Amino acid sequence: MGVITPGFFGRAREADPKLPPGQYETKDFPVLSAGPTPNIHPGEWSFSITNESGDVKRWSWEEFRALPVETVDTDIHCVTRWSKFDTTWRGVSLDTLFEDVETDAGYTMAHSYGGYTTNVPLEDLLDGKAWVAFEFGGEPLDPEHGGPARLLVPHLYFWKSAKWVTALTLHDTDELGFWEVNGYHAYGDPWKEERYSYDG
Amino acid sequence: MKWSIAEVVGIREETPTARTLMLRIPDWPGALAGQHIDIRLTAPDGYQAARSYSLSSAAGDPVVSVSVELMPDGEVSPYLVRGVSVGDQLEVIGPLGGWFVWRPTTQPEPLRLIGGGSGIAPLMSILRTHAEAASTAPVHLLYSVRSPEFVYYRDELAELAAATAARVDIQYTRRAPEGWEGTLGRIDAARVTAWAEGSEGSVGAATYICGPTPFVELASNALVAAGADPTTVRTERFGG
Repeated sequence: MGVITPGFFGRAREADPKLPPGQYETKDFPVLSAGPTPNIHPGEWSFSITNESGDVKRWSWEEFRALPVETVDTDIHCVTRWSKFDTTWRGVSLDTLFEDVETDAGYTMAHSYGGYTTNVPLEDLLDGKAWVAFEFGGEPLDPEHGGPARLLVPHLYFWKSAKWVTALTLHDTDELGFWEVNGYHAYGDPWKEERYSYDG
Repeated sequence: MKWSIAEVVGIREETPTARTLMLRIPDWPGALAGQHIDIRLTAPDGYQAARSYSLSSAAGDPVVSVSVELMPDGEVSPYLVRGVSVGDQLEVIGPLGGWFVWRPTTQPEPLRLIGGGSGIAPLMSILRTHAEAASTAPVHLLYSVRSPEFVYYRDELAELAAATAARVDIQYTRRAPEGWEGTLGRIDAARVTAWAEGSEGSVGAATYICGPTPFVELASNALVAAGADPTTVRTERFGG
């Protein structure tokens, strides 16, 4: 606990076990983006996974949308300190997308339209922990929130849920992505408050 | 980097709803223009609330400034705008952020700055750093604000415009001061495009846009539609 701020009492609250340390709940859906919002039409969209040997699996929008879809109810936590509870998404599980991918690699880099990247360990994408999501709250995902499709990795801070995702590449070593090079944490566990690169 | 205890060494009322806090932070390493700090408040029962605030001070200033806009339903900003006095202590951590930053020594290209409301704060840091470094990069600010009494840093913006290479355009959306020659109204795509075309060195410029999300979406989309390379446009959005 830090020094007490005289005269500050904060909002009326109960300890909310859904709220990670240092977060506050918002009903809005704020936007964190480093630049202009890319405008990607589904017709030009594709998603690929490239393993450490260079083998590529690629899906067009139509092929991607023909895959089994899951509905995901989850809380999301942004590094800028807002959390949003009970959000509903629809997307394709990464388990489905990885079904025919052969790899011994431990790490992935997510690549987005616009050139952004973020690194995520492979085990954080598998076993029902991550999706490529194309719907939020029953509507197609807005471009400013990452549409037509974004990664959804809700157990990590939300910048790891790469907007406008177009590719995953597999790597034997953990390299830093765009956000991580620019000061954010390499892993980003909200429950350990791994916000910034110096948070250990 | 650790939380440290800053002392409030000065306060300036910027507008009826915003004030600037000047903070002395022990072992402050200096910042890059455009970076932010987090400020954390702790209630008597240990409850804490933290928020991020852009620095408005120049990169090298030993005393850092943040300008805080009162959020009507906010939890932290009412305290910072109405409750803090000179001599108080606040917990802070920073400087933070490595993308929405401007480095005078390695970025000689023209600068375009577009700010909406309190989004002017990190752009002011860039302007002050630009002046402090005596940078020769042309810099052009477009600042959208409701009415004259809500303009942050009013006198200093005028001084910077008079004394340096900075060009300052204020777009009033609801009420303008007497003698203002613009057309009242919100920034739209046509305004942004016309402004950018009239900007010196519009080719190869680095653009920084900060403001509420819809404002940033509009301004950045308009610039890209007018031919700006998206990779040269840095944005910082706030609000829902």
